Order: sequence, then C-alpha cells, then structure tokens
Amino acid sequence: MKRQRGESFWGMLVVRIPYAWLLAFFLIPFLIVLKMSLSQTAIAQPPYTPVLDLAAGWHGIAAFFSALSFDNYVLLGSDPLYLLSYLKSVEIAAFSTLILLLIGYPIAYAIARTPRRWHAVLVVLTVLPFWTSLLIRIYAWMNILERDGPLNKVLVALGLVSKPPAWLATDTATYIGIIYSYLPFMVLPLYAILEKMDETLLEAAADLGCRRWRAFWRVTFPLSASGVLAGALLCFIPIVGEFVIPDLLGGSQSPMIGQTIWTEFFGNKDWPAASAVAVVLVCVLVTPILFYQHQAMRMARRD
Amino acid sequence: MRKVSAFNLVALAAGIVFLYLPIAVLVIYSFNASRLVGVWGGWSTRWYAALINDAALIDSALISIRLALVSASASTLLGTLAALALTRFGRFRGRLLFAGMIYAPLVMPEVITGLSLLLLFVAVAVDRGFWTVAVAHTTMAMCFVTVIVQSRLVDFDRSLEEAAMDLGASPLWTFLAVTLPLILPAIAAGWMLAFALSLDDLVIASFTTGPGATTLPIRIYSEVRLGVKPEMNAVCSIMIAVVGVAVIAASLLAKFSSGAGAAARANADH
Repeated sequence: MKRQRGESFWGMLVVRIPYAWLLAFFLIPFLIVLKMSLSQTAIAQPPYTPVLDLAAGWHGIAAFFSALSFDNYVLLGSDPLYLLSYLKSVEIAAFSTLILLLIGYPIAYAIARTPRRWHAVLVVLTVLPFWTSLLIRIYAWMNILERDGPLNKVLVALGLVSKPPAWLATDTATYIGIIYSYLPFMVLPLYAILEKMDETLLEAAADLGCRRWRAFWRVTFPLSASGVLAGALLCFIPIVGEFVIPDLLGGSQSPMIGQTIWTEFFGNKDWPAASAVAVVLVCVLVTPILFYQHQAMRMARRD
Repeated sequence: MRKVSAFNLVALAAGIVFLYLPIAVLVIYSFNASRLVGVWGGWSTRWYAALINDAALIDSALISIRLALVSASASTLLGTLAALALTRFGRFRGRLLFAGMIYAPLVMPEVITGLSLLLLFVAVAVDRGFWTVAVAHTTMAMCFVTVIVQSRLVDFDRSLEEAAMDLGASPLWTFLAVTLPLILPAIAAGWMLAFALSLDDLVIASFTTGPGATTLPIRIYSEVRLGVKPEMNAVCSIMIAVVGVAVIAASLLAKFSSGAGAAARANADH
C-alpha cells in the first residue's frame, strides 16, 4: 500500500514540494554563504566582488572562479578578536548547558514524579513563558538587573551587599538571560524520558538494598541519558550562536560570535567577512548538529 | 496515588518562581507612574495611554501580525506535507538529506539562517520587504511544524488508514477522511507555534527585511537596546497578556478535545 501511494506522480508531490522549498531556502542559501566567504568586500551594489556574470559565458565563469580567495579566512586566523569570540561563545554555551542541566533535571524529575493528573498543567506552566517573545523576556531582565532595579533593592535590603553592584553589561547577566530563556528546552526532553521510566526498576533496586541516592545514579540517571543528551544539544547549539541575549544583557568588550557576525554585517557592512565567520561557526557546530539529528531521528522512530 | 516529596516540591516551586517572577516584575513596572525603574511613582496607566498615539508602533504591530498569519499558514501547509513525506513515504530517494534539512534548522543559530537567506535574496535580486521576511519565517517555522505533526503521525493507529484503503478509499480520500481529522490537533498546535515563532523573531527578520517592513520585534529592539523604556514595558505586557490568554485557551481546548496539545508540544522539543 505504501508503494502504491509512493508511485503516483501526485502522491510524490507530498515529498517534492517541501523538499524543493528546503533546497531553495535552506541548502542553496548556505552554498551562497560559502561562496560569499570567498569574495571580497567592495563599495558597490551589491557590496562584494566577484559577481557571477553569466552573460559573459565561459569567460565570465572562469573570471569569477579565479577571483575567489581565502583572504577572509586568513583574516579570521590572524586577528585574535575572532578566535577569542569563538572561544568565548563555546565557553558560555558549555557552562550554561551544564548549569541548565543542574537546574532543569530536578524540575523535570519533580514533574515526572507528581501525580499524573498534574503533569499536563505543569508542562504547560513550564512551556508558557517560552511562548512569549524572547526579546520580551530578556527585556524583563533588563528591568530587574538595572543598577537601582528590584534585584539590587532586595540585595541591599537583605544586607547582602553594601553597594549595589552593576549587573548589566556583564557575563553574569548573559548567563542569567541564557539560563532563563533555555530552561524549557532542557526540562521538556528530560521530562519526556523520565516520565516514561518504569518505576518498578527503582523498587527492585530498593528491594535489593540499594539506597535512594545510589539508585538514582545507578538506575534513573543512566536510563535518562538520551534525554540528557537531547536537552544538552538542544541548548548548547543555539546558545553558541546566540545574539539577542548577550547583546542586550552582556558587555560589549568581548562579544559572542553571533554578535561578531551581526557587527561585521550591519556595522562594518563587510558581507564576505560575516560569511566567513558564519562558515567557521557552522564547522564548529557541524558535529553537534549531526549528532543531534541522529538523536532526533532515533527518537522520532522510537515514538 | 504518589506522594510528592519535599525535595520535588521545592524544585517545582523554585522553578516556577524563577520562570514567572521576571514576567510579573515587567508587568508591575508597566504600571509604574515614574519614568525611572528605581523610583516607584504609584500605579498608573499612562504608558498604555501613550501607546495609542504611537502610530509607528501600531503600524509595526499590524505588520508583525500579518506576517505571522501568512508565515504560520504557509509553514503549517509545508510542514504537514514534510511530516507526511517522512512518515508515509518509506525510503524515497534523498530521504536522508531531506530529514537533515528538517532537523538542522531547529538548532541552527538564527544569525546564520538570517544571513544565508539575505544573501539568497540579494543573489536573485528581489526587493526585500514583507514577502522576503515571510519566506524566511516560513522556512524556519515549517521544521517545527513537521516535528509536531510527525510525532502525531507516528503515534496513531495505522490500521485505521489501512482499513479505509482496504474498503476501497483512494489515498487522497483516506487522508482527508481518516488521517487529517486525527492529526488536526497537532496541525493546530503547529500553526500556533509557527505564529508565535514569527511574532517573536528579531534576528532573521532584521537580516531579511527591507524598507517599509519594520516588524514589532525590530521596533522594540531599536527602542530598548540603549536601556529600559516605560512605554516598552507596556507594549511587552500587552503581548504577554495576548499570548498568555491564547495559549491557556488553546491548551484548555486541546484538553477537552484530545489532550494532544501538551503532548505534541513536549514531543516537539526533542
């Protein structure tokens, strides 16, 4: 029956339409970025050379290819600004993923252990903030973290600090914003896996004399490994390229890589350099992305 | 019935406070009569009143809503087709690349998606504006729709479709009479998510927009990047209220119809 449906021309349109769309608007744009990263910036419209001139025939194509160069990549290697930006992004992404795991796991675990009729409500409560705009949520933190904002008021009133510290334009503020924004992405995959877990395994462990904490590490945690991995990748990959959060909450002295691309593009109008930074970023992320795809496809099949 | 341990209760309570406190603070401050964050000038609705006269802001809001309607509808259509392709068409040629292109945009940093689409639009020399942003948002959101609808298609009982076909229904008729009604809650959830993603997006829209298509997030961003503004507190509070009411209404609806909404949302995020 599957074959019967697959064979018809009209049936295959179901595959072909989204396929063509993704080729045109996901894959091809990517190849253009790759090409752009080998171009030079120019004061022209469009602001780069070479521009492929198909009207000039083979001659034009040959001229086009000979004008491509790796200069932008040489620039990336020679200016420590870029390297520092990559390192900082990966560092922030790695630490915040770890913190997210430490905060998200107990929450997901707690949801999965409540009476079943609470689950839907608790999941909706966890996801609800995610439906409001990221920009708004980050903006909310700008209010809170102001020098004379509510956080410092509370800290001073409690006597925890004598002089209100500056939170905005620091890495701490970036971390707070990232952890706040990505928490649902960590909690949901963890909840999905913990919720399916067979509790009789824990009872068996207890019957055999295993203490609860030990049972957690020997039974629960290993069984939830795929959820941990899914959550970690779902957070880590986009955080590396995050723009809005560090831009509004973080400092400007050491930008994350998303900010560097933004500045190259909108500030310096250097499209080829922005493209080269983006290509290297994709190279950094390609392993985790492939890993994530593999994991996602496995989970889709198993469901 | 299971007992909730003290540790779990504390984890839940702390988690919910952490998630909602900042939003509550924002809403409270939107009613602050004083312009300064540090000074509480009493309750007032003056910032809401100021919005009514801000024509540019209202214009941006209307653009964003139109954009979200268009791209949510287009991405729901494309995403549903893609989900059917992945679950009902076996191993067609190029399936691996196809699946890769579905899952990669889910985690792809927005700066890269935005930059690459802009370069495409420049390469084919189209005027940038409303429609280029609509195409960009459709591409980004359709993958989320696919994942939601796909999880529903994988879940349900295939024998229903087989029974319909055994009784002589054509594939198209089987889809319309059997499959579609069953996956409708997931399609609705996908549409809502796509709508929210479009309404939310700053980065991709900034790259792909052109003159005359300044979306609400772009407007808000340009206002707040240099600091807190009370008018923006009011705009954001209105958006939170709208989204909050919509999502709560939708999840109540899903609960009464089949309970699939929450499950689809949960599945969407692996």
